[in-house]
Amino acid sequence: MSNFFEKSDLSRSEAENIISETLQKCDDGELYLENSKSESILLDDNKIKNSSYNSDLGFGFRAISDEVVAYSHSNEISKNSLKQSSENLKSTLKSVKGTYNHKIPKSNKKYYDNINPIEQKSLNEKIKILNDVNNYLRSKGDKVKQVTANFLGEQKSVEIIRSDGETLSDVRPLIRFNVSVMLEKNGRKETGVYGVGGRQSYDAYLKDDNWKSVCDEALRIASVNLESKPAPAGEMKVVLGPGWPAILIHEAVGHGLEGDFNRKKTSAFHNLMGQKVASEGVTIIDDGTIDNRRGSLTIDDEGTPTEKTVLIENGILKNFMQDRLNARLMKTRSTGSGRRENYRHIVLPRMRNTMMLSGNQTQEEMIKAVDKGIFAVSFGGGQVDITSGKFVFNCTEAYEIVNGKIGSPIKGATLIGDGPSILKEVSMVGNDMMMDPGIGTCGKAGQGVPVGVAQPSILINKMTVGGTKL
Amino acid sequence: MIKDQEFLEKKASYCLGLAKKLGATESSVIVDNSVSETVNFRNKKLDESNRSDDLGISITTYIGKKKSSISSSNLLDDNLNILIEKCVETTKNTPEDEFNSLPDRDLLAKEVKDLDLYDDTHIENDQKIDYLKKLETAASNDKKIVNTESSFTERKTNFVLANSEGFCNGYKTSSFTASSVTVAKDEKSMERDYEYSSKCFLKDLDDADELGNIAANQTIRKLSPKKIGSEKIPIIFDKRIAKGVLSTFASAISSSAISRGTSFLRDKVNQKIFSDKINVFDKPDKLKGLGSRNFDIEGVKTNTLKLVDQGILKHYLIDTYNGKKLNLKSNGRCGGTSNLYFENGNISFKDLLNSNSKCLYITETIGHGSNIVTGDYSVGATGFLIENGEFKYPINEITIAGNFKDMFQNITLANDLEFKYATNSPTMLIEGMVVAGK
Repeated sequence: MSNFFEKSDLSRSEAENIISETLQKCDDGELYLENSKSESILLDDNKIKNSSYNSDLGFGFRAISDEVVAYSHSNEISKNSLKQSSENLKSTLKSVKGTYNHKIPKSNKKYYDNINPIEQKSLNEKIKILNDVNNYLRSKGDKVKQVTANFLGEQKSVEIIRSDGETLSDVRPLIRFNVSVMLEKNGRKETGVYGVGGRQSYDAYLKDDNWKSVCDEALRIASVNLESKPAPAGEMKVVLGPGWPAILIHEAVGHGLEGDFNRKKTSAFHNLMGQKVASEGVTIIDDGTIDNRRGSLTIDDEGTPTEKTVLIENGILKNFMQDRLNARLMKTRSTGSGRRENYRHIVLPRMRNTMMLSGNQTQEEMIKAVDKGIFAVSFGGGQVDITSGKFVFNCTEAYEIVNGKIGSPIKGATLIGDGPSILKEVSMVGNDMMMDPGIGTCGKAGQGVPVGVAQPSILINKMTVGGTKL
Repeated sequence: MIKDQEFLEKKASYCLGLAKKLGATESSVIVDNSVSETVNFRNKKLDESNRSDDLGISITTYIGKKKSSISSSNLLDDNLNILIEKCVETTKNTPEDEFNSLPDRDLLAKEVKDLDLYDDTHIENDQKIDYLKKLETAASNDKKIVNTESSFTERKTNFVLANSEGFCNGYKTSSFTASSVTVAKDEKSMERDYEYSSKCFLKDLDDADELGNIAANQTIRKLSPKKIGSEKIPIIFDKRIAKGVLSTFASAISSSAISRGTSFLRDKVNQKIFSDKINVFDKPDKLKGLGSRNFDIEGVKTNTLKLVDQGILKHYLIDTYNGKKLNLKSNGRCGGTSNLYFENGNISFKDLLNSNSKCLYITETIGHGSNIVTGDYSVGATGFLIENGEFKYPINEITIAGNFKDMFQNITLANDLEFKYATNSPTMLIEGMVVAGK
């Protein structure tokens, strides 16, 4: 746990006084302190290209009155700096007349250990694994032309001080291990990318040569793509594999169910609460409480314990994801979804681990049910326009389906659909729900936060595939 | 107040001195400070104020051909001592790379020209509020507009870059940015669009009314879109999308992609990669330019490059490390391009619209569908159907796809270039792409 006041001319009690004085008559607000340490080690083109370490320290001071948010941040934790921020907040909120909401739920549950993954493995050990990865992949034949592998490790300590000195804190470990391999055959180049990660030590993912399975998966995707032919263009049936393809759920409905867009009525879902938005059998939750997952949090960045929030139950829209601000304005409670990238940013309602739960059909049945369509297994990223509801995601491994059978691999293509209607097009839900490997980062309003997704195989009746073959 | 040059230089020289004392044979450091103040409005009311004061330092140390780096936002000497010691220690334990080095001394920038990048004007939040009130009043004039969100940011930055070869330079820059995002609604649909203006000098910023009007009009005309069938059709890229084609081109000619062999433009220097009339410039010394600079992030001087001459690729974008690997000299493009643009074509916007009896006009794309290894391109798109030069109706839920190798050869540019961003293109027509829809 960081002691944020250790080397500062500002004592904890002085800070508490400034916070309480600034926030009196405000509806909400807090001082958020953050100390993060992170490392990145990159092997590329046969060499250790980069080894870097970052240490970041700072605070963000927030005051809220009705709908108005005033925010000020600095990386100087000092009396002067906090006073200046306080003045800045007061100058925005000239005529406050609210009542500070002291209520914040408490929980003793923790979803990850208080560790610093960076210190748990020496630099030399990490470099050795990266070199082993390079040698292993390059031993797989002349086709292998480029290998990139990297470690990202982080420990983030946060402390939230609310009015009257109420204090909440959390220490969050996070790691990620990524491999990218490029193959060349007859002048044609294709890449395959795979990675693993979460809120545990490196060893939890890499022990017993587990890194080899990460390499094998990247190599397999690249090999498939070397044989791929142009993707079709137009509307057709799509079978999605389990796990990472759930970024469809994240883009198609996840963002549209975040509280801020619905309070502002700019989401295509804002007037659909309690209505049928998905086929029967489709249940979607957003869960911050799964041990050691990338999107899990013991408390969110406002101090609220996270929870398992049911968004869509058996096709019916049940809840939005809320931070404290939007919950108060929509007269509901926070779902522990208030998150920020770091102390430089304001809190927004965000996803954690967004999951579609298993049904009872098999992937085999889905493939058999398709005359002409595609089977998409692996994805790059996605994006959504929450107002029009249109969303895309990019396949990185997909196959055509002809007469109920999986055919040739097809080139990467973008798939586009309409969020509010796509889940009504889900005609089969598989019994094979799987979590993603732990590599997702979600972007919103310029802020990136780690998230997870999960889903079983699903069959979608109609989606537009953005290939080049008419 | 933003930190002055003297403070930043003092921190930089402290770090270089300490790195040397701890055993680094060479080192470089960047110290920067940025202060920005933002006011956000929503539906003609104050929504958020945000002040940020960011100080940062990043240090790279070398021991012979070994290299490592650290960065931090905590500039207290205590913390710097710990970090630099850690950095030097890590450097010792990092394997050698024969291409690691500071830039050649003769390539470092000797002089720093005043490129008119700093406007000392400070405006209080109340003045920002006045601007946003005016903007949102204009933006919400039409009843179809149901939500407006606008923002005004004033930003000042200062930095110093120093290295153990004696280079020590830096300068202030400023920017004033206003933007408006509007949502329009009718019985059938809800749509969003935006307008944006960013300038080094406050007095050059677009008029608030005009900005609000443009955002609203662009949004309203998107209402009640249709989906069209899949076909091969000529596509016109609005300027704000066309610049993305240039950004992909810049990624594909970066010396890192070239030296790693992961670009579809590898080994294409002196070959024709664009259609005949296409010229591409990267001009770092444009006065008040949003991408202007005196030197790159390694301190290497930057000159204007004609990257593409009559369709022929002339240069890669080269930094020190990859330059040494490719046996080429750095041309001061570590960190990317400066003011990158396509030279104007020779037909008007109107003639471009009329050049085909039927085409698509794309105003927004979504998704990350550019693959610089293969050149494949596939993204979601929104826009309009054009028939005989006239905007017929809005279109959405389609994708557009092709391969940059072919797309580059089939570009026709209008003569309406303006410098609104750091990377700019005139309106662009590309023939031979495929639209996927119904």
